[in-house]
Amino acid sequence: MELTGAEITIRCLQDEGVEYVFGYPGGAVLFIYDALFNQDKVKHILVRHEQAAVHAADGYARSTEKVGVALVTSGPGVTNAVTGIATAYMDSIPMVVISGQVPTGAIGEDAFQEVDTVGITRPCVKHNFLVKDVKDIASTIKKAFYLAKSGRPGPVLVDIPKDISIAKAEYDYPKNVSIRSYNPQVKADATAIKQAAELLLSAKRPVIYTGGGVILSDAAKPLTELVRGLGYPCVSTLMGLGGYPETDKLFLGMPGMHGTLEANLGMQNCDVLLAVGARFDDRVIGNVSHFNSVPRKIIHIDIDPASISKRVQVDVALVGDVKEVVKELQAALKSVKQKPDAAAQADWWKQIGEWRGRNSLAYKNSTEVIKPQYVVEKLYEITKGEAFVTSDVGQHQMWAAQYYKFDEPRRWINSGGLGTMGFGLPAAMGVKLAHPKADVACITGEGSIQMCIQELSTCKQFRLPIKVLSLNNRYLGMVRQWQEFFHGNRYAESYMDALPDFVKLAEAYGHVGIRVVNPADVEGAIKEAFARKNELVFMDFQTDPTENVFPMVPGGKGLSDIIMAEDL
Amino acid sequence: MRHIISLLMENEAGALSRVAGLFSARGYNIESLTVATTEDPTMSRMTIVTSGSDDVIEQINKQLNKLIEVVQVMDLTEGEHIERELMLVKVKAEGAAREEMKRMADIFRGRIIDVTDATYTIELTGSGTKLDNFLQAIDRSLILETVRTGASGIGRGKRILKL
Ligand SMILES: Cc1ncc(C[n+]2csc(CCOP(=O)(O)OP(=O)(O)O)c2C)c(N)n1
Repeated sequence: MELTGAEITIRCLQDEGVEYVFGYPGGAVLFIYDALFNQDKVKHILVRHEQAAVHAADGYARSTEKVGVALVTSGPGVTNAVTGIATAYMDSIPMVVISGQVPTGAIGEDAFQEVDTVGITRPCVKHNFLVKDVKDIASTIKKAFYLAKSGRPGPVLVDIPKDISIAKAEYDYPKNVSIRSYNPQVKADATAIKQAAELLLSAKRPVIYTGGGVILSDAAKPLTELVRGLGYPCVSTLMGLGGYPETDKLFLGMPGMHGTLEANLGMQNCDVLLAVGARFDDRVIGNVSHFNSVPRKIIHIDIDPASISKRVQVDVALVGDVKEVVKELQAALKSVKQKPDAAAQADWWKQIGEWRGRNSLAYKNSTEVIKPQYVVEKLYEITKGEAFVTSDVGQHQMWAAQYYKFDEPRRWINSGGLGTMGFGLPAAMGVKLAHPKADVACITGEGSIQMCIQELSTCKQFRLPIKVLSLNNRYLGMVRQWQEFFHGNRYAESYMDALPDFVKLAEAYGHVGIRVVNPADVEGAIKEAFARKNELVFMDFQTDPTENVFPMVPGGKGLSDIIMAEDL
Repeated sequence: MRHIISLLMENEAGALSRVAGLFSARGYNIESLTVATTEDPTMSRMTIVTSGSDDVIEQINKQLNKLIEVVQVMDLTEGEHIERELMLVKVKAEGAAREEMKRMADIFRGRIIDVTDATYTIELTGSGTKLDNFLQAIDRSLILETVRTGASGIGRGKRILKL
């Protein structure tokens, strides 16, 4: 039987096993919405802004092993979605975005709500398609899902003109897909693996540096075995947190701009660095020539050959799926007779112990004013480290990363690469839908939360009892911190004036709001919020406006130029 | 250093803009870029002339390979290869200059492919340098217009870029 393009589109989503589509309707997608209306397998979550649709699909994908799906209309629907797409692209999140387009005959005529979607999104998608024939819809959507989740994952966009959604064709969802120009390498080269194993075992001052690739390829388990087998120190980037249990004694914390002293000095001073699904980002290694000034051998595992030797030359490249390669490496380590040099390891751990002993995350708590770090610590305690935590971007994001200890992957959900304010709340919606029984917290700031605050309405409609912890310092805190350090305390436009009453705002959306001013009330508020199982609770913590994030490696500086709270 | 990169890609709308977009987004140089369909109508072949340090060229190769529609990439400059460019030059050809222009075209193995009372259009192929040399050898004031294709390249002998 022939189906319309719109019906085919929805059938494809059903056959892909898609549970939720996050979207917003409009003229160009009316027929697709009609097809959605006529079925109940794929559930649609109506957001309040397309950016949020994409972030929600993103949060859903990050917290599961599935592909997130968003649906938007042409023109402004797409342009609103671009921030979300770029966010997913920078963090390699598997996602399929379906967008409506003006009818094929109108393309290029500056039609109402026409934008060059393929052109606008090209630099921030893994791939995109404009479907020009109804017969191509099914195969294109099949390809889109395959591309989104295979190799280095990423968002893929499928643009469907309105007339194509009306035209009819036989429906046949392809079982398999092969693209001759696309064959990601999964297994690494065997000789390189052997070389890597030997190099690792010859190390005197090793560090294992793990990133988002560990999470994306579900490699946490084999990675943990590898690290424990070697007994080497391990660090995880902002994107990799949870890939190795943070409470383990081999774990040194997060390296980078706001990483721990031991993670940064470990990275800087090691003689063999094993990078696992990490990309030597500027926020992680700081200044490249400073980083290169210490001779060390680098082994790099990554699925994307272009990530290898992009910023830092590596000695052994292991191109392949992180999970596969870590397993292969583990096997190779077992077959090499050599054992790690015990004396050298003992010296190295002694050195690390000294750095650790300086307790770089220590902060001075107060009984007068709420310290943001304290809020995160309490959240960690009360949720027993088991919550899914999303965040926005700024100081609160760094405190969340520093003080919530993630022992499991896919629990820490944040925009690392693009650093998108407004990500936290919609991402939490996707997480909550994927894990309805789990505790989901969104750690945010009064600046960031206002970028997608409208989603409180979506949370009401779909009964998503997220716990929002707003660390309200009345400043765009991260901006203020840089202005304090590098711009002579000139706080240009970083003060958040005329803030709304967040408690009333939460109530206006039909939720519960709690304002917390006193440090003594922090614990009670968080407990109360989580006790209200079926309600979204917005906690407005009035935190210390002058608090800064430490340690800090100033932009452009080297990892050993790290500034500690005690230095100031 | 100057590099000539050849690539095969799916002959699909938008594929060219992905390559061009990659070069501008990542700040790579493009000296010239030529593209046309191959004997297999589903595939196009592109020749890109670029320049950069070894690291940059390595990244260019990898980033090109990463584009979904790119089937194969070869850096021709890494081995023996042949490079050709086509140029059409329209020149004033009157009086004594007419004879002289014909002579120069012959020396450079050019062909006069269009003749009017007052002009010649000369077709010339060769390396980019040869074409430059021709333009320098003739009286510049006689040049009315020039059009060049940019380089096309191919590996020598057994170096073959084919699926
Ligand atoms: C969409 C967007 N615009 C601007 C920025 C730049 N920026 C980074 S952090 C920050 C301040 C965030 O303030 P807030 O959400 O209150 O968090 P705080 O730093 O105070 O914890 C800004 C403006 C950004 N990351 N994203």
